[in-house]
Amino acid sequence: MPAAQPAPLTLVPPAADTAPRTIVDIRNLTLTYQAADHPVYALSDVSLSIAKGDFISLIGPSGCGKTTLMRVVADLEQPTSGEVTVNGMTPEQARLKRAYGYVFQAPALYPWRTVERNVMLPLEIMGMPKADRQQRAREQLDLVGLSGFERKFPWQLSGGMQQRVSIARALAFNPDLLLMDEPFGALDEITRDHLNLQLTRLWLSTRKTCIFVTHSIAEAVFLSTRIVVMSPRPGRILDVIDCDRDLPRERTLDIRESPEFQRIAHRVREGLMEGHSYDD
Amino acid sequence: MTTKHTLPVAVMALAVLVLWYAGAVWLNAPMATDALNRAGQGWTTADLIRATLAMKRPILPTPDQVALDLYNSLTGYPVTSIRNLLYHTGVTAGAALAGFGMGVVLGVALAAGIVQARTLESSLLPWVIASQTVPILAIAPMIVVILGNLGFTGLLPKAIIAAYLCFFPITIGMVKGLRSADPLTLDLMRTYSAGTAQTFRLLRLPASLPYLFTSLKIAVAASVVGAIVAELPTGGQAGLGARLLSGSYYGQTVQIWSALVMAALLSVTLVAAVGLAERALVPGARGGAR
Repeated sequence: MPAAQPAPLTLVPPAADTAPRTIVDIRNLTLTYQAADHPVYALSDVSLSIAKGDFISLIGPSGCGKTTLMRVVADLEQPTSGEVTVNGMTPEQARLKRAYGYVFQAPALYPWRTVERNVMLPLEIMGMPKADRQQRAREQLDLVGLSGFERKFPWQLSGGMQQRVSIARALAFNPDLLLMDEPFGALDEITRDHLNLQLTRLWLSTRKTCIFVTHSIAEAVFLSTRIVVMSPRPGRILDVIDCDRDLPRERTLDIRESPEFQRIAHRVREGLMEGHSYDD
Repeated sequence: MTTKHTLPVAVMALAVLVLWYAGAVWLNAPMATDALNRAGQGWTTADLIRATLAMKRPILPTPDQVALDLYNSLTGYPVTSIRNLLYHTGVTAGAALAGFGMGVVLGVALAAGIVQARTLESSLLPWVIASQTVPILAIAPMIVVILGNLGFTGLLPKAIIAAYLCFFPITIGMVKGLRSADPLTLDLMRTYSAGTAQTFRLLRLPASLPYLFTSLKIAVAASVVGAIVAELPTGGQAGLGARLLSGSYYGQTVQIWSALVMAALLSVTLVAAVGLAERALVPGARGGAR
């Protein structure tokens, strides 16, 4: 646990117009783990700048450091070298100010809490009065389409619904930045399509900045304004693809059939293959 | 649910009764044979069986003898009388519960300390384990003597011996429980920049409750054993342990068995009460794991 004191009740203030346009700035980031017998190079010289309102997908083969990169932004891992700023602060300061909401691969809901009280958890930690907490939790559950499930326990919900609860929980304290680590990785394709659609609508209506880790090319192209293609370990950025130019902001599942979509998906696949080629 | 379970429960109870009666006939037969031979007249197998089931001081009393003794004791005297077994059960239960309470406080405090400070694990845990390798029968009289010298008699020495037996499963279960939180949920608390105390209260403690209650069931049964063992050397006049002791002095095997049955009933009741508390305090407990 950190020695620094958590910030008092204040939620993250809504970014004023004077706020910097760049939300996350990563410069020459390198991260090396000391494993039992040899060092593991997880990330190598990664630089990336993420603007307010962006939806960035990190895509790459397993173990390429996508999750590690996001955990560095969240101050859950310490980089070996390089600089990271979040809202102009160090990741630790940003974490202490509760600048981001984090959605993990697994829903990580507390089984002893009802759905509603799970969403209220961060608000409780931040010291929000009980009545406000409840109202805020209900709003967030409504936003992810789970009204009426407030009093259920997590195990009474399907996997997709549980992951929606965890998204509502991440949004509950209204952070500007949403970090999502393969949130739909464990779900079937139909549920996944449905949640992708919901997520893109949620992103349009809330205008959060999102960083999204995924294995799925289709998911990445469908959701993102920009796609960051990463190489196998040590993770480096191979390509950054701008989807916003060719695809509309408001997207339906149909656009996956469009030639623009296919072209971008092809370029992502090329990038991934290129990353793999020197593996053989 | 209940109707589905009635048959197996009844079959099991019947099997226990049949075995018990068979055991009574077998164990009491030599003494009964002696008695019949001394009477001088001829006897049949039916006579022998009847005699084995109705002995005054049987090696193994029959269930109906024990039941009759329990009935007479429970209904024949007021609850405050030392001839009423319920009075003795109450005395033992008081000591057991006081010891259980002390054991819970000690066990949980030790577990919290061990989880929060790694050094305590290596410095404290060996002593905790060593304490349980000492036979309680050996240490109980010494605790009674020492505390008696210090002027403590009655409930306290018994409660301490009960606590000595029951803090151990609580410590072990609670340490496991406090460490059972999923690493992801710990990361989650970190993203909320929750403090150590908040993480303990909102995550580690509730996550440990299923483990704690499993330990509590073991511990509450152990506390009854501890209280009874503690009543043996105190030479007290009251308590199930005292009844066991006086029963064996005077060869009153029926009295011993009545006390044993009451002790078992007491343990079953206390374990069931812990189960009820678990249902009330651990929401979603019946839903199993995540």
